[in-house]
Parts: sequence; structure tokens; C-alpha cells
Amino acid sequence: MESANTPAPDIISASLVVKFMKILIRLFKSLSGYGRQLAGLVACIVLVTATSLVTPSIIQYVIDDGLTKNHPRAMLTAGLIIVAVGFVRAVFNLGKRYIGEWLVNRSGYDYRNALYEKIQRLSFGYHDHTQTGQLMSRCTEDVSSLSRFVGQGAVDLVNVILLFAGIVFLLFRQSATLTLIGLGPLLVLATLTYYLGHLLGPLFLKVDQALGDLSAALQENLSGVQVVRAFASEDFEKGKFDAANRKLYGARVHIVTTWGMFLPAMTWLVMAATVLVLWFGGRMVMAGTLTLGELVAFNAYLLLLAAPVQQLAFVVNSAGEAVAGGQRIFEILDLPEEISSPPQALALPPLTGRVTFENVSFAYRSERRALHDVSFEALPNQIIALIGPTGSGKTSLVNLIPRFYDATTGAVRVDGYDVRGVNLKSLRSQIGLVLQTSLLFSVSIRENIAYGRAQAAADEVVAAAAKAARAHDFIARLPEGYDTVVGERGITLSGGQRQRVAIARALLLNPRILILDDSTSSVDTQTEYLIQQALAELMQGRTTFVIAQRLSTVKRADLILVLDGGRIVQRGTHDSLLAEGGLYKEIYDLQLKDQDKFRREMLFLDAAPEHVRAIHESPLQPHADRPEPHVAPDTQPLRPSAVK
Amino acid sequence: MSRKPPTPAPDDDSILGKAYDPQIAGRLWTYVRPYNRQLALALTLMTVATIANVLGPYIIKVALDSGVAAHNIPRLAQAVTLYLLAATIMWACTFTRIRIMAVAGQSIIYDIRRELFDHLQALSLGFYSRYAVGRLVSRVVNDVSVVREFIVWAITAVTRDLFDLVGITLVMFALNWQLALLSFLVLPLMAVATEIFRRRARESYRLVRSAIGWVNAVLNENIVGVRVVQSFSREERNYQIFADEVNGNNLRVNNQAALIASVFFPSVDFIGSLALGLVVWLGGLAVLNGGVVASLQGPAITAGTLVAFALYIDRFFDPIRDLSQRYNTFQATMAGGERIFELLDTPIEVKDSAEAREMLPIRGEVAFEDVSFHYEAGGAPILSHVNLRVQPGQTVALVGETGAGKSTLVKLISRFYDPTGGALRVDGLDLRTVTQRSLRRQMGVVLQDPFLFGGTVRDNILYAQPPERLGQAATEQAIEAAACAVGAHDFIAALEKGYDTLVGEGGAILSGGQRQLISFARALLADPRILILDEATSSVDTQTERVIQTALERLLKGRTAFVIAHRLSTITRADKIVVMDAGRIVEEGTHTELLERRGRYFELYTMAFEGNVEC
Repeated sequence: MESANTPAPDIISASLVVKFMKILIRLFKSLSGYGRQLAGLVACIVLVTATSLVTPSIIQYVIDDGLTKNHPRAMLTAGLIIVAVGFVRAVFNLGKRYIGEWLVNRSGYDYRNALYEKIQRLSFGYHDHTQTGQLMSRCTEDVSSLSRFVGQGAVDLVNVILLFAGIVFLLFRQSATLTLIGLGPLLVLATLTYYLGHLLGPLFLKVDQALGDLSAALQENLSGVQVVRAFASEDFEKGKFDAANRKLYGARVHIVTTWGMFLPAMTWLVMAATVLVLWFGGRMVMAGTLTLGELVAFNAYLLLLAAPVQQLAFVVNSAGEAVAGGQRIFEILDLPEEISSPPQALALPPLTGRVTFENVSFAYRSERRALHDVSFEALPNQIIALIGPTGSGKTSLVNLIPRFYDATTGAVRVDGYDVRGVNLKSLRSQIGLVLQTSLLFSVSIRENIAYGRAQAAADEVVAAAAKAARAHDFIARLPEGYDTVVGERGITLSGGQRQRVAIARALLLNPRILILDDSTSSVDTQTEYLIQQALAELMQGRTTFVIAQRLSTVKRADLILVLDGGRIVQRGTHDSLLAEGGLYKEIYDLQLKDQDKFRREMLFLDAAPEHVRAIHESPLQPHADRPEPHVAPDTQPLRPSAVK
Repeated sequence: MSRKPPTPAPDDDSILGKAYDPQIAGRLWTYVRPYNRQLALALTLMTVATIANVLGPYIIKVALDSGVAAHNIPRLAQAVTLYLLAATIMWACTFTRIRIMAVAGQSIIYDIRRELFDHLQALSLGFYSRYAVGRLVSRVVNDVSVVREFIVWAITAVTRDLFDLVGITLVMFALNWQLALLSFLVLPLMAVATEIFRRRARESYRLVRSAIGWVNAVLNENIVGVRVVQSFSREERNYQIFADEVNGNNLRVNNQAALIASVFFPSVDFIGSLALGLVVWLGGLAVLNGGVVASLQGPAITAGTLVAFALYIDRFFDPIRDLSQRYNTFQATMAGGERIFELLDTPIEVKDSAEAREMLPIRGEVAFEDVSFHYEAGGAPILSHVNLRVQPGQTVALVGETGAGKSTLVKLISRFYDPTGGALRVDGLDLRTVTQRSLRRQMGVVLQDPFLFGGTVRDNILYAQPPERLGQAATEQAIEAAACAVGAHDFIAALEKGYDTLVGEGGAILSGGQRQLISFARALLADPRILILDEATSSVDTQTERVIQTALERLLKGRTAFVIAHRLSTITRADKIVVMDAGRIVEEGTHTELLERRGRYFELYTMAFEGNVEC
């Protein structure tokens, strides 16, 4: 994987430090539920650090007491102590590692849950302006950089501080001069690593960008493969990809060489510290101010310090990432829930289905208004058709009924209740939606159909809904019937099949108010026929709002609302509006009439009488197996084989 | 949300291969070979650095024994200088090696990515219908990155680890073979621990990857479907399922994995302590008595030796720890390599034959001669025995139900596939005898969902016609002329930066109707002799609809055109309507002819309209 590092923020400036600290504090606050684990972790860290400090002094003891003073017993004691201490250290190390990882996993779990909970409750208005990829990257990369820091970066930090303090204390006790000499290169090392962290940040960002560009170029090329092939522009595409590939190459070489410049220099500095200690310490031993064992121990302590000091650079880097990630996560968690049930909201009783708009105006987030002063009343069980050009406000209007958005002024009422005053769940559970593109979830078809139910629905109930939605037959023929999983990990349903499952889902909810879109694009005529039947079934006995594309729908509507620029410009029934002229007539002429004309032509309703006669008198068609040409409106015009 | 973690599909990325597969490694090696000089240099540098590194503790021993203990300042100075020299050599070698390997490693990755992309450009559309775009992107981006880690890092790191192991072992034996043997007494323990860890880690790694995959899939789906979630008031139940099952499963398997690593690494450290304890005890005794323990008799063990041993033992376990940690990388590399090679080995189905000729400018006569087609050998036929002759300049409307074979029929004309039976001729030439490029340069395709690239409006219109062909000024004129002809000029001119406006990913800033018009302009500028058009079904507003209908007329004029028709006006105006059913042409004729015939065409449309009139 390419590294997903973000630049360490410039934590030098004061205001940023404050912000940085605030987020850090908030981060640690989120761990407050895990006091026991944290205490255990700190205990383990202290003990591991302490035991690490023991070994060099044992070697010192062996050299000074055992070898120099010739005490054979000291050897056995030293050996046993080393093993015992090693064992104790291993046990606490286990504790330290496991608790640290546990905190990483647990805080990741908590943050993911919190984000998921929040994202589900954020309003449509928020989601309209937010890309899925953006939210996903907060739930994945940001959560992982945050939790990794909590459980690991912070542990390392505590570890380094303890170790540093302990070692410096021990060293000073032995020889202050030698300590200062030995620490010199290590301080340079610390500065260098900090600087490196700073330097690498922007470089990692560049790599990320280059990689993003490469993926985007690739994605685009693959998605548009038909166009690329059709216009024979493979060479042009190769050039585009090559440019992105080169840029990535350059960015990576840059980062690795920068890294390669620093890394060996760090090792060199550690070795230089040893050189200084050996040289000056050696002279001190000869001068008798230091024992040989002390010198050896001194060097060992210094080496113990090298690794944590280098680690510090990464800790700084990961703290930067964590704060950046934390900022993005908290930004979401702190968002107000624009649409939620008011406190002590009334739970709606079962509705009759009367919907009233009272002087409703609406605008999406400070943009130009989408609805202007809309008023109308839909009586229970009526069909209301909404018609108008793209962007005229049809979708905005229906979105106000389940309170996906709030009206800017005016009120939307169901059975006389203002939707803003009632319990959201009791409102939405009585409203069903079937939209043009039906989204199903990657679970079994059964679970998809029962999606709106609080409890699992009985098999017969699900099957009944599927039958009414004309979906049962195709489901029954799937390899695992209702248990077939759809989506990425299962089978792919066609658009028409998805739509029928969505209709069954809405049917099972048995809503009093129904909102649907009657367009059935990209499906063949038979499927379209089935969908129309299913929709008709669904509409029965409910107040229905239809975003209408079809002549048959508008003809059946009890009330047609013609929208233009967010206003209701005409209202009435098909016949009255046709007589009235205006926008409705225009739309009819351009889009709906064709359907009518074509149909009439097909049925020879408009043909000149002699022409019809000519057809009827012509010799029998070669297709003797075809059904009767004149199809009575109420008989099924499908060939038996077509009813699948 | 399903109740059990999904079982990964066979080609799922969480499947792990072996840690080492000679075939895949061998094939990876072919990419490394062009850089073997750099690699050799890098390995040489590393050898030098390792020697310097391994000598370090030995020099310290000399400094302590012959310098400090012997009160010999020049000797100490010598040793210290030597140590500094070793450090500097190490620095220079490592620095240069990383630089060389960075360039070589990234070049290798660059080469692999380029080869993958070139191959993807050559693969036929049949391949693309079987593979999701996301999965292909993952091959080129993620799998190659995994391989990069292996090549850039593992080759050098693993070699260094092995060098260190060998070097340290040798030096330890050279210093004092008895103490060395004593230290290695713990190795069997080490081997057992590593083997246990390897087995457990492998399984838990797989579980961890599949768990996070499940979490991400569920998250993604619920963000995309958040409107459905809210309209069905599923928030609480979804949260329960997510927290308890999906995310909870992820927590559990990650904690298991953490436990395994938490036990293993401290164990390695403890084994190291065991070795050190042994050395200190028996080695120390040997220093004292020089022969009390008979088996330890040998060259004198000094304080310096003991210190050096303590340092070596510590370093000896570092590479072992490192190698154990890399085990998962190895597995991931082999699996990634396997997927990359599988893609590279996918045969190119439609190829120019060796004798393929350039197709000269054509008139546009298209003939299907008993054409049959199926995707897989033995699979269901998509087209059977299609015979169709289209004169230059004719517009053919293809109608029929989904799956009748309309799209396949037009794809054969562009030679996106080759017929499995019969022949397809343009101006009398069998398509298999001409180069794909010269054929497609004379064809235009307008898709149902017009695909725009992320550049400017100009780039998109110009897509079929690289600017070098015409002069700069002529190009500008041609672009505008094309846009005007299809009625797109007005809205383009009204955009913020006119023709230089960036259209966003997939043309995101434009409406569906606008995207269609730009794709019309693109096709018009290509000025193809044969045009293939899959009509869009999505609804546009009345104004745009009017413009589109006029644009269509302009576009079709004077070309041979195949239209998968949805607009009634397009169908009725066509010179020829071809009705397809189950891969066959069942009827052919003009609108009036077909109506009079009252066959399939008649039936198809009466059904469509009867079906929904009075429900």
C-alpha cells in the first residue's frame, strides 16, 4: 500500500498548538471509559522500562564484582537475574503490547460506531453536499490514524519519556561529564528526526496526490473504455497514463531518497555517541574516575536510548496525522442534526393520508429557492401527479412530506399535524418511497423486502408482497430463492427486477402515503408492463404522489400539479389542463402526445377507414402463431412465453 | 446486513497465497533483471555495510580490552578511529544503496504499471464486461504497490537480515566458538516459537483483512443508501447490527491478532535473555577459571569478549524478529503477483491479423453475412444467422426487447468482438482483414450514457480528433462548428469559461442532456462514415428534448447509421427498422410496412401501450 500519511501540521505556531492540544485532550477524553486498561498499560510500560534498565547494570556488576574481584558465585547470580528479569520483562511486554493494541482496536471500534451512528442521522441536506468517498475516508483512514496514535503513538511517547528520564538519571549518577558528552549526538539526532518528520509530510502528500491522479486516470480510462476503443485513441490514453505514472515515480523516488539521506545519518550519530563515550570514558577509566563496568554499562544505556529517540520522529508524525484525522472526525461528530424529532414529539396515530401544503417555500442551503409559495391539499387515497421540466421542483416537493428537508417558510401537514412537530419515525414509517433508481442492500432478497419492518416478517408475508409486486416469479427462479444475496457479493439484478423488489419493500411497509416515480427507463417492454402493474397495485388505497413521465399516469390522476421554476403554474385534471393550454399542453405535445399518437397509430385508431379495411382484408399474415391483432384492453397482450 | 461475515469470493483480495511461490517469484525477477547491475551494486554496498556493522562490537571489545583495560591510549585512539571509520563507511554505503534501490525499485514498478496499462488498452470489450472497473484499478494500484514493497524493501531488507545473521554467527564463532555454541542452544526454542507464530499469524491475518473489508462494504453501502435508511427509519436497527456484528467482528479478530503478536515478540526477547544469561553465567566462569568447565576451555575469555557477546546476542535476534514480521508481506506479495500476472496473461481476443491492411476511406455499406455470435464456447448464442445489408447513408433503427441482441449487433460493426460464424463486411471488406484502428477512425459511437472525460469541454469535443491534424485556428473553428451544429454552442458559451470549462469527473457539472449534446458534437467532429448510436432513455426537459431531436437529425444525415432506438420519432423516421428477438432478425422494413404486417413489431408496441393504459 502506498503510505497514506498526511503532513504533520506546523505545530510551531501558537494558535495551532492550542488547537492541537485541544484535539489531543479530546482524544484522550474519549478513552476515559477505559481507566483500568490505561492504568494497566502505564504500569506495564513502567515495568518494561525499569527491567530494560537492569540488564546493563548486571553486566557492569559481572565485570566489576564478578570478574575484577573474582567472585564465581556472582556469575550464576548474574545469569539467573538476567533470565528472571528477561522473563518479567517479557510478561509485562506482552501486557503492554496487548493492552496497547486492544486500545487501538477498541477506540477504532468506538469511533467507527460513533461515525456510523451520526452519518445515518445526518439530514439529506448534508448528504447532498458530501461525497461518499469523503465520508468513507473519515471512517477508514482517519479512524485508523487516530486509533493507531491513541493505542500506539501515545504508548511510544510515554515509553520514550520514561526511558529517557530513567536513563539520563542513571547516567548522570555515574558521570555528569560523560552524560553530556554522550547525549550531544543524540540531541542532534532528535532534532534531525523532528526535521525529517517535517520534511516528509509534504512529500507524502505529493505521493498521495500523484497516486490519486494515477488512480483517477486509470479509473476514467477503464470506465470510458468503449469511447476509447470507439475513437481508436489508445495511444493518446497511454500518453496520459504515462504522465501520471512518471509523476508518481518522481514523487516516490524523491521521498525515498530523502529518507535515505537521513536514515543512515541517524545510525552514524548513534555510533558517534559510542565513539565519544569510549574515547572520553576510556580515558576516565584509565584515570580511575570510572570503572570498566561502568563504562560498558554507560555505553549500553546510551544504545538503549537510540531506538526510542528515533521513534520519537514517527510519534511526532503520527501525532500530526492523528490530530488531522481527529479534526475531520470531530467535525462530523459535532455537526448538528438538522432534522430530528423535537423533544416529547407526538407519535403520529395511524394516518388517513390527507396531505396539506400551506404556502410552502423551500431552498436548499442558501441556494436559490427551489419552491415558491406552494399550497395544495391531497385528500386520502387521491393520486397526485407532479409534472414539469427538470429542475422545476417536483422532487423537492415530495421530499418535504417525509421531512427529508424542512420547509423554509410555510408548513407541510399530514392529517393536520405539522410534520416538524411529530416523531420522525412515526411519520416516515407511514410513508413509502419508490424511486426511479432503486437501491437495494447487499443482503438476501427476503431481508431487502422486509427492510422497513422492525421485526422479521413471516415468509408468507414477504412472498405475498413479492407476488403483488410481480417479483415472486423471478425470485422463485433464483438459485436460492428469497435467500439469494444481491449486490456485490451476490447476484446482480436487472434494473427492472430491482425496481420490483423495491416495490415489494414499499408494499410490505403498507404506508398510508406513497411517493413514486413512474419512469421505467432502460427496461424492455415486458418488464415495463410488469412494473406498471406492480405500481398500480401499490397505489391502491393510498394517497399517492407520482412524479409522472407517462401519459397513463397523468390521465388517472385526481389532481395534476404542473410545476415550473418552483411554482405551481397549473392544476387540474388531464382533460381540464389540456383544454386550458399553457405549459401542460406544451409538455403534452412534446413528450406525452407521441405516446398517445403512437398507440393510436398502432391500434389504427387514426387510420383512414379505407386503409384499415385494406389491412383487414389483406391475406393472412405469415405469422399464424401471432395473437389476434385487435387486443381488447383488459386481456393480457403477452405471449405465454413472455410471461416469465 | 447479513448475519455472518461474508465468505470471500474466489478472487477476493483477502485470499493469501503461499509465502513463497517459485513461479511467481521467478516471474517477478524478470522485471528486476533489467536493473541487475544496480541490484548487484546495491548488494555489494550492503555487504560492505554489513561487515562494518558486524565488526562494530568487535572493535568495542578491542577498545575495552587492549585500550582501556591495558591503559593503552594510542590503542584506544586507534580502535575509536576505526569504529568511526566503520560508522562512516556504513553511512556512505547505506546512503548510496538506498538511492540506487529507490531509482531501480520505482523504475520496476513504473514498468509493471505501464505494461499492465498497455495490456488493458489492448484487451477487448468482452474482457471489460466480465471485470468491474474497481477491481482492475485495484490490480494496477494496490497489487502493484504490494509488489513494490516487496521489491524495494524486502529484497534489500531480507538480504540484510540474512547477511546479519550469517555475519554475526561467523563473528561469534570467531570470537569464541564455545560461547557461540552456548548462545545457539536456544535456537531450537526459537524455531518452535516462530513456526507456531507463523501458522497462527497467517490465519488471523486473513480474518483481519476480510473483517475490515466487511466493515468498509457495509459502511459504503449505508452511506450511499442513507436516504433509503432514513426513509425506512432503520437507523437504530442498522446501528445495532453494525456495532454488534460487523464492527464487533472486526474488533474481535483484531484483538485475536494482537494477542498472537503480543505473545510472540516478547517470547523472542525472552529467548534472547535466556541466551544472554547462559553466556554470562558460563562465560563469566570461564573468564575466571580459564578451565574449570572443561568444555569451555579455549582462547581466553575477557571482559571485552563478554560485552561483545552481549551486544551480538541482542543483534542476532533483530533480524529474526524482522523476518517474522515480513512473513505477511511475503504472502501478500505472492498473492498480488499472482493477480497481476493473471491479468497480464489474459489473452487479447480481438487482434489485428498479420496481413491486416489499412482501410481506405469507405462509403459506408455494411453487410452481415450469416453472422452468429456467442460469448463463450458452448455458451448460449447471442446472435444466430443474422443477414442484413445496409446501403451507404441509410439509417437503421434496431428495436427489440432487452437481450434481443441489439447491442451485440452494433458492437460487431466496430469489431469490438469477432463473429463466431459468418462474416461482416464494410464496403465488401471482411473486417478481420483490416486494422482495427483504420476501421474505428471511420466510425463514430454515441453511447446511451454519454461518457465524458474529466478535462475541458474542448478536450472532450476534440477527443476523436487530436489537434495536430488540423491547424490551431482550424481546430478552434471546427470545434465551434460542431458544437453549433448540434445546438450545444449556446449552453457551452454560457458556461463560466466557455469551451475551457472543466467538466468534472464524468462530466459531473453538466446535465444529462448537455452531456448528450457534447457527445454528439464529439461524434460529429470525428465525421465518421458509419455512426452507431444508442439512444438515451433518460428524461430531459422539454427545451433540451427539442434541441436533441434536431441535433440527431443533423448527426445522422449523410451517414450510415445504426440506432438502438428508444425515441418514437427516431424509429418512425428510420429508413429501415430491424426487429430483433432472441438473437435473430425477425422483421425488417419501414414503419408503415411493419405496421401493416402486424407481426412482432406491431405486437411489441401495442403491448407497451396497452399494458399501462388502464391498470
